[in-house]
Amino acid sequence: MSVSARADIDRRVRVSSRGTGPRRALLWAALAILAVVAVMALFPQLVATQDPLRTDVRAALEPPSAAHLFGTDQSGRDVFSRVVHGAGRSVGIGLLATALALVIGLVVGTLSGIAPRAVDATVMRVTDVLLAFPEFLVALVVVAILGPGPTNVAIAVTIAAVPVYVRLARVQTRSLSLAEHVEAARILGVPAMRAFVRHVVPGVLGSLSVLATIGIGSSILAAAGLSFLGLGPTEPSPEWGLMLSGGRNVLVTAWWIAVFPGVAITLTVVSATIVGRSLRAGAEGRAR
Amino acid sequence: MKPLLSRIAGLAASVIIVLWGAATLAFLAFRVIPGDPVSVMLGPQAQVSEAVKDGIRAELGLDRPPLEQYFSYLGQLLQGNLGESYQLRMPVTEVIGRQLGATVQLTALALVIAVVLALAVALFARGRVSRGVVAGIELVVLSSPVFWIGILLLSVFAFGLGWFPVSGTRNPATIILPAVTLALPVAALLGQVLRDGIEAAERQPWATTVRARGAGQVRLTAHHTLRHGAAGALTLAAYLVGSLLGGAVLVETVFARPGLGRVTLSAITDRDLPVITGIILFSALVFVVVNLIVELLYPVLDPRLRPIDARVREVRT
Amino acid sequence: MSALVVQGLSVTVQGMLLVDGVSFEVAAGECVAIVGESGAGKTITASALLGLTPDSARVTADVLSIDGVDARAFSESEWRDLRGNRVGLVSQDALVSLDPLRRVGSEVAEPLAIHTRLSRRERRERAIDLLESVSMTDAARRAGQYPHELSGGLRQRALIASALAGEPAVLVADEPTTALDATVQARVLALLRSIADAGTAVVFISHDIAAVRRVADRVLVMRAGRVIEQGTAADVLSAPQHEYTRELITATTHAPRADRFGLGDAVLTGVDVSKAFAGAPVVDGASFTLLQGQTLGIVGESGSGKTTLARMIVGVDRPDSGELRWSGGPGAHRVQLVHQNPLGAFDPRWTVGRSLREALEAGGVPRAARAARVAALMAEVGLDPVLARRRPAALSGGQRQRAAIARALAADPDVLVLDEPVSALDPSVREKVLQLLGRLQRGRELTMIFISHDLDVVAAVSDDVLVMQDGVVVEQGPVAAVFAAPQHPFTQELLAAGR
Repeated sequence: MSVSARADIDRRVRVSSRGTGPRRALLWAALAILAVVAVMALFPQLVATQDPLRTDVRAALEPPSAAHLFGTDQSGRDVFSRVVHGAGRSVGIGLLATALALVIGLVVGTLSGIAPRAVDATVMRVTDVLLAFPEFLVALVVVAILGPGPTNVAIAVTIAAVPVYVRLARVQTRSLSLAEHVEAARILGVPAMRAFVRHVVPGVLGSLSVLATIGIGSSILAAAGLSFLGLGPTEPSPEWGLMLSGGRNVLVTAWWIAVFPGVAITLTVVSATIVGRSLRAGAEGRAR
Repeated sequence: MKPLLSRIAGLAASVIIVLWGAATLAFLAFRVIPGDPVSVMLGPQAQVSEAVKDGIRAELGLDRPPLEQYFSYLGQLLQGNLGESYQLRMPVTEVIGRQLGATVQLTALALVIAVVLALAVALFARGRVSRGVVAGIELVVLSSPVFWIGILLLSVFAFGLGWFPVSGTRNPATIILPAVTLALPVAALLGQVLRDGIEAAERQPWATTVRARGAGQVRLTAHHTLRHGAAGALTLAAYLVGSLLGGAVLVETVFARPGLGRVTLSAITDRDLPVITGIILFSALVFVVVNLIVELLYPVLDPRLRPIDARVREVRT
Repeated sequence: MSALVVQGLSVTVQGMLLVDGVSFEVAAGECVAIVGESGAGKTITASALLGLTPDSARVTADVLSIDGVDARAFSESEWRDLRGNRVGLVSQDALVSLDPLRRVGSEVAEPLAIHTRLSRRERRERAIDLLESVSMTDAARRAGQYPHELSGGLRQRALIASALAGEPAVLVADEPTTALDATVQARVLALLRSIADAGTAVVFISHDIAAVRRVADRVLVMRAGRVIEQGTAADVLSAPQHEYTRELITATTHAPRADRFGLGDAVLTGVDVSKAFAGAPVVDGASFTLLQGQTLGIVGESGSGKTTLARMIVGVDRPDSGELRWSGGPGAHRVQLVHQNPLGAFDPRWTVGRSLREALEAGGVPRAARAARVAALMAEVGLDPVLARRRPAALSGGQRQRAAIARALAADPDVLVLDEPVSALDPSVREKVLQLLGRLQRGRELTMIFISHDLDVVAAVSDDVLVMQDGVVVEQGPVAAVFAAPQHPFTQELLAAGR
């Protein structure tokens, strides 16, 4: 039995709370957070008024205050501005990787689903092997091969995200192609290609999109991990993983340098996951 | 007997294929990337003449035809020789071997903590409210970077409360915080899947039959649903081990511990290709072994997957 | 003293009154059947007898006495003492009612583990005894096997054995034979009868009147949560008082169709048709003739090959050997299929109207004419046109079946193959759909092939019948003749089981 861990994991998890009240509130909160993050990513100047790269050694290692909401780091840079400006880079990689991986996964998976058995089996075997590893590990291996650097991190995270989409696209394509209602359409006389496009493709696209909203979180975490290890963007760019690494050494004296970027990552990923799960619950409800 | 033999043969074949695939992939990957490996290795600043570079190339065997390199590479692998580290001038097996112990200790302890934690949560968080709370905690833990969890734990428990020593490998207590950090995401995932499996099992018709016999919640869980949940969790075993390995790299960095994490990181930044290749192959080996164990355990947990004896089947009563 | 006394039992779930003042008694050694259509409240009543109603349900009763014990205000732990011990449950479909990961022996012995102090060895011996008492051959070996290794009938016996392990005074059997083939059903019903005869009070819940006839002493008829008629089996089933009961009984018994006149020439001739999947023959040398305007019934149990034969006739699968000769050549006739599972045959994301329009498009109807044709088709099958805007999941079973028929008709076929079209429907709904099919056949001059495992239904609609067993056509001929004087032993068994 092959392991399709990640797709299965998220499929298994159901939001256990009954009652639409608390679940609804949670969804709105998540959407609000994502909206804030989006604004931070697209228009950082609107949110953070200070220059994230401006150093001021005299104001180094100051705790959070009115002037510096999240305090300052070792070089006197405003942590708040850096967090805000880092959103674009940290979240951007996650989004880009997910979007690319979705497209690649869709194409490869769909084609594999209608390809001859031997081709399909090989593709799935390779995909299953890759799926057995967490995204971070695959990305690490890719960076190991390509070398450090922000572009390579983006490539690595994309490659790491692809297998989940390939598997889902292929599984859906296969099961939908064989589904009774597709066969019923062909019995009625609908040409095979039209039946495929009308009944199979929308279903596959739908599932993949839902998976993507959940998958953005994994990509963001993988990118942050690689940056933390120093394999991604270098100083002085503001990037959440990198900032965490920078804050590690002065943890005792200046906890704010490491904590706030971490909070940012966590909140973003939690929100994306909540939104993704809601979408999936909605899609499952409609398709039954 | 025959189906068992053919199954073992099938497993052995896939083991060999995966390992061979990983080796070939690693070999190809380094040959495919642009740039001369020697220049990359020496770094952009190095002012070295072409003749010296040629010499290094010949020494490393990089000037021979690719096919010859490939076969000698495979031959070496079969003998257990992973080559020699560019930077450290030591056999790769020795480089990995030295640091392996520390990582294994950390990973093993984390795995034990994770399993215990997940089981405890799955068994004891029964009510609707507690299940909701636990699900929320799991979501947050899984959404947080593991290195951030480590940093938080460090600042609270080591620096803040002073319960644990900060670093130094002499003191066995230094392994606790890193192990807990590494265990948390794994426990969260395992707990989720286990609990989900148990809940799904409780909704099955046979669970009604069990209750109709007079069984209580404890008996239902311990004798019935737990096994179903565990079967589901088993599918994650390889993924969890991978998660532990990847997490180990990050956690060892946070807590400044020796281990494969340090080896991997320096190999990547120094572009020490033989060591990187060695680590990739080592991961492939671990993956293969775990998968093998899981494949062998599946039929033990789920009798429906065991081969059915043809004589046993009866068509009609 | 009756083993089970129920008076004024009412169950309310989320404001809805699902069981309303139900009263009945079951003496030791008696078998009382509760019949009714789906939604009548039979299963909730059964759950109430075991204290297994959902948490949100409120159960009240004037009297609820199980084996002499007053269970009205019981707590969960008090119920646990009762369950398996004084009252046992046998559910439908043992494949999903037994824990698939546990051996049959452990499942059977579980009530003993819960309620007695017997040692493991003693429990194991008792389990084997119990399996033997339900006529399971080779009981010792079976006890060590897993549920999926047993056939359907053996599994159901094991389930019954596990319910009897605690020697309960009352046994509640909720549709215990519905998932079984007809011949197997007969044997399990005989087992239940013998259990009642041995002294247990049996409550037998079913929608299958024929099964009830074989097993019950007294019958209760439920509808919308109320008992509308009660009496001895003979009285209620042969001379029902209430209008609804009469409807229910007639809906499940049909007289075989008289010979029809005016049938045309052969439309399809099947010559020695065979097909195998993965080396195992599924259809083996089937030969038959289909006349224009005729309804050919194909009868068989699961695995008989009838569905595969249907798929070959429709053209989805091709025979490995033999020939399906269509008069006028291949493609001369339009053949359409009404699926067994209408829910699966429609795209769940599309509205019914859209699915119908797709069928019309495939049939070559121009876009402008489609809307009108959809309305016409829906009227033809008796569906409210407003339902065209709904998704299949929002329709009832009967409505879905009509929609499936409408879609098949959209292609304007002259041959219609129907695969178990009414099996999943309640008796009263079934009647209406069968009447609809009759009207359609006359109106459109259709030739029909009607596949079912239910002899009664096949008898009502077919002119000729093919009886299939393990892929082979064992008997065929006009339906009245075959049912009156069956030649082949399998046909005889089928007819005996259905009576």
